[in-house]
Amino acid sequence: MSNEEKIISELTQKFTFLNEKCVIVRPRRVTIEVDRDKALDVFRYLFSEQKFDFLSTIVGLDSGENLEFIYNINNKEGMLINVKVFAPKADAVIKSVLDVYAGATYYEKELEGMFGVKVDGLPAGRHYPLPENWPQEEHPLLKDWKPKDKELK
Amino acid sequence: MPKRIEIPLGPQHPALKEPESFTLYLEGERVAASNVTLGYNHRGIEKACEQRSYIQCLYLIERTCGICSHSHTTAFITASEEVAQVEIPKRAKYIRVLIGELERIHSHLLWVGVAGHEIGFDSLFMYSWRDREVVMDILAMLTGGRVQYSINTFGGVRRDISAAQKEQVLKAIDILEERTKYYIEVATTETTMMGRLKNVGGLTYDIAMKYNASGPLARASGVTRDVRRDDPYLVYDELDFNVITNDGCDVFGRVVVRALELMESYKIIRQVLNNMPDGDLTVKVARKVPANEATVRYEAPRGEDIHYVRGNGTEKPERVKLRAPTMANLASITYMLDGGYLADVPIVIAAIDPCFSCTDRAITVKQLDNGREGTLDWNKLREYSIEWHKQRGFDAHKIKLSI
Repeated sequence: MSNEEKIISELTQKFTFLNEKCVIVRPRRVTIEVDRDKALDVFRYLFSEQKFDFLSTIVGLDSGENLEFIYNINNKEGMLINVKVFAPKADAVIKSVLDVYAGATYYEKELEGMFGVKVDGLPAGRHYPLPENWPQEEHPLLKDWKPKDKELK
Repeated sequence: MPKRIEIPLGPQHPALKEPESFTLYLEGERVAASNVTLGYNHRGIEKACEQRSYIQCLYLIERTCGICSHSHTTAFITASEEVAQVEIPKRAKYIRVLIGELERIHSHLLWVGVAGHEIGFDSLFMYSWRDREVVMDILAMLTGGRVQYSINTFGGVRRDISAAQKEQVLKAIDILEERTKYYIEVATTETTMMGRLKNVGGLTYDIAMKYNASGPLARASGVTRDVRRDDPYLVYDELDFNVITNDGCDVFGRVVVRALELMESYKIIRQVLNNMPDGDLTVKVARKVPANEATVRYEAPRGEDIHYVRGNGTEKPERVKLRAPTMANLASITYMLDGGYLADVPIVIAAIDPCFSCTDRAITVKQLDNGREGTLDWNKLREYSIEWHKQRGFDAHKIKLSI
């Protein structure tokens, strides 16, 4: 049994709702889809039990009706798990992973600015990377966003 | 409780090389607390990629950074090739590694100079930047560019390495290795260096792990992580090299790690040049890339660079995401500044080898005064510069250089 299969079998044993939700893409690349309410439990387990202690980044995507967030977490052996979390645009709220990954602040701030998602549990503070006077309702990485300023077109 | 003084550092400040803004709260000469504001360089490269073809994105992404341009393109194009399910020729992989390691040498030598400069040791700055010219000339010879190499293309590399070029690179590496040995000796025995850098900008193993620091910064805190070994890409699994770590947990440790990493890069380059197989440089890639996704990690000179690409069956990507190493190291900066002296702030910031342009993904384009567009070669640019200063009352020709 490969390392990837071993982690998936232990993961699905612990969280039965992850059955059929884990895919080995290639050696050292695993993708997991998880419900946003249960994501934090999965992160906690992967962090403490499986030693996936490094959050590389969070990728945000606008896939039509949903917003998609991919957490790239990896371990010492170089295995990368892409944990996918979805949130409908109508109710764009996800939970912060700061409790588990302390270095996530800027990644989550970037999601807030670029996709307009509310990250529950992320302390307020300066924006990143958009400036402080950026209009609140404009989120540049949403597919239907177009620059309003003439010069920018 | 002593009175706190708030000091703004940046966005424009002589001690900083790029726009970033720190707010320092001082108690006496010590930094009691600090915070950082970024985003001054944001150019919207990720959004722009969604409107361009893969090959256009490649050249755009190269402009993410003026130092690790090859790191970004290699990570992006490797991810795109994985999405398109293309296997590039082995020779092309070797050439990508070669340029990548030359870039690491160029970046680390640049950093040694900046570190020297920040502590007032400008001789070191001038020495190391002079030696950096050697590797930049080699890069120009191999790729045609000193900064933007553009060696990568979708499906392989643009240029081959000839036997004569191989000999020249090997010769240059011998020279650089000799010089690096000298820097290692200077860095580890020079009293000024030790006095200024030891126990400065402390970052313990636990904190480096907690905030997910990466690259030489993490390795100087005893974290043995290097994407080249842990998650090998291109041909790194066939190469023999060591992951350099240091338990100093301070700026001095970061100097040692980078200096010793230079020696590993020389080792890798010799192996690459001597073991490079013959063969094609590119494979054909269909213009339309399937709906698929890939994440590629790359060990850039500053740490882990990660690129995510998702295709949608068209000629343009659905989403491109890049995270530069400085972004990963940001969370550690304020921790390292707190409790230290104000005078050490520039070197502590410089010690993560920050690249805020990468982090913010921005570009500045300047046009000529009259709005004309066109290309200027080196001589014309020089003339333009002399003329520009002349109009403002400064004539370089009038200065006598002889003593």
